[in-house]
Amino acid sequence: MIRVTNLSKRYGSLLAVDNISFEIERGGVVGFLGPNGAGKTTTIRILSCYHPATSGTASVAGFDVFRDSMEVRRRVGYLPESTPLYPEMRVREYLQFRGKLHGLSRDERLTAIRRATERCWLGDFIDRPIGQLSKGMKQRVGLADALIHDPEVLILDEPTIGLDPAQIREMRNLIKELGQQHTVLLSSHILPEVEQVCDRTIIIASGKIVASGSPQELRDRFSASRRVVAEMRGPLGEVESGARGLDGVERVEASTSNGWVRLAIDAKGDHDVREDLYRLTTQKGWALRELRREGATLEDFFVQVTAQQQGRKIS
Amino acid sequence: MGNVATMARRELGAYFLSPIAYAVIGIFLFASGLAFGLGTFVPGGEASLRTLFEFWIVLILVFVLPMLTMRLISDELRTGTIETLMTAPISEIQIVLGKFLGAFTFYLILLATLLLYPLLLSFYGPLDGKLLLCNYVGLVLLGALYIATALFFSACTKHQVIAVLMSFALLALMTFASHYLAQEIEGWPRVLLQQMSVRTHFHEFVRGMLDTNHVVFFLTTTAFFLFLTVKRLEMRRW
Repeated sequence: MIRVTNLSKRYGSLLAVDNISFEIERGGVVGFLGPNGAGKTTTIRILSCYHPATSGTASVAGFDVFRDSMEVRRRVGYLPESTPLYPEMRVREYLQFRGKLHGLSRDERLTAIRRATERCWLGDFIDRPIGQLSKGMKQRVGLADALIHDPEVLILDEPTIGLDPAQIREMRNLIKELGQQHTVLLSSHILPEVEQVCDRTIIIASGKIVASGSPQELRDRFSASRRVVAEMRGPLGEVESGARGLDGVERVEASTSNGWVRLAIDAKGDHDVREDLYRLTTQKGWALRELRREGATLEDFFVQVTAQQQGRKIS
Repeated sequence: MGNVATMARRELGAYFLSPIAYAVIGIFLFASGLAFGLGTFVPGGEASLRTLFEFWIVLILVFVLPMLTMRLISDELRTGTIETLMTAPISEIQIVLGKFLGAFTFYLILLATLLLYPLLLSFYGPLDGKLLLCNYVGLVLLGALYIATALFFSACTKHQVIAVLMSFALLALMTFASHYLAQEIEGWPRVLLQQMSVRTHFHEFVRGMLDTNHVVFFLTTTAFFLFLTVKRLEMRRW
């Protein structure tokens, strides 16, 4: 549905997007995750035909964003980050205006406005001036606008920013629902949001794609650390040396509290020492009360990526 | 074409929802009424609208039309609505033409209020219909040129105040400064300045002359500024 090939965007001396490529299939919600300033909005603006790319190509629904810009715009519903709206217009007037721009006839506009306002729970607010609405309501108006022409692709740039927790939950549920009928590209810098809402995630930092996959895949991939944590009752020295003697062990930390020895074992490569460690404890007759592998979470990875990007900016 | 009409209607609607439009109508009526009341409609005066149309209305328009036009694009740049607008299936040309037509229609409404003055004068002397028509054609063309110029500056900055000041400056230069400057110098620069001066061309309409040359001057200059506005909007994308 969306295909991006070797896309770069340069603003003066700043390379905002650095040769990225990715592909998004039809249907579902795809998260576009990255720290602020990673190049999310720039990529989205290229996809929504607001900015042209410096090099590379992007296409939506088979149409090139530069050559067939109008065709792409007819198929994309776009909610920009700050949800810009005309405050003096009433919700209905605004949606009428936007519907006309998308070439909808009078009857089509009537049904489209009813559908979009129902979707976004705007029914009671349809005759209110937009300027009087709360931030959360404005966000819904923006989303209704993006939905007005029933687009194949929805591009939402940080749609939950500035909302209160209840509104955030509503918005996330709505986005999930929308993913059943549209292909949704959701940009966010909030990891739990993406994990919760998206079927697939693309992580971008410093203008480059650093990882992509389903949240589960990413979690597995970044549980690269093979640290095993165990707690058992036994003499400290003997436990420690016993653990060091296991196959593939790189580093062992041991400490005691209340007679229990706590071990943290780092293994080489993807070697799993849990089985050997269990065998050792049963051989020696040490009571074992905990044995688990500590996986680095996706969050650890994301924090690491964010820190790297910041480090690069400072240096 | 549909998009141009949609855009124009939105802008025209937005005028009546914003206080600026009413302020502009107020200023225009007050200033033109003042000029008419003090300059033209005096006992023993000539029953002619010549000075009113030739000087005062032009002066008022130099100030009023930029105020009318300033927010058209700069406000979209300031609030960011330009992003939703330019990602909708509407081209830059359609956006510019639509906004121009919205302001232009509003201007025609303003012009209609001026009909009150010839009506008043018609009680005191015969009304020259042909002359009045020429005056109106001139004013319509003049307004189109002023709106196009101010629209260009509106596309240049997100600050309305800067847009309006730049428009004042250029319009005053094109209309008055070039006119007076041309009287000070000799030779070909004088001819050039006269040819560039909006007032020289407008003067012919006030005299009752409907000459294609002058019509073409206004139309091409208007088209030129609209073209610049489109280019300026296109540049925003890069």
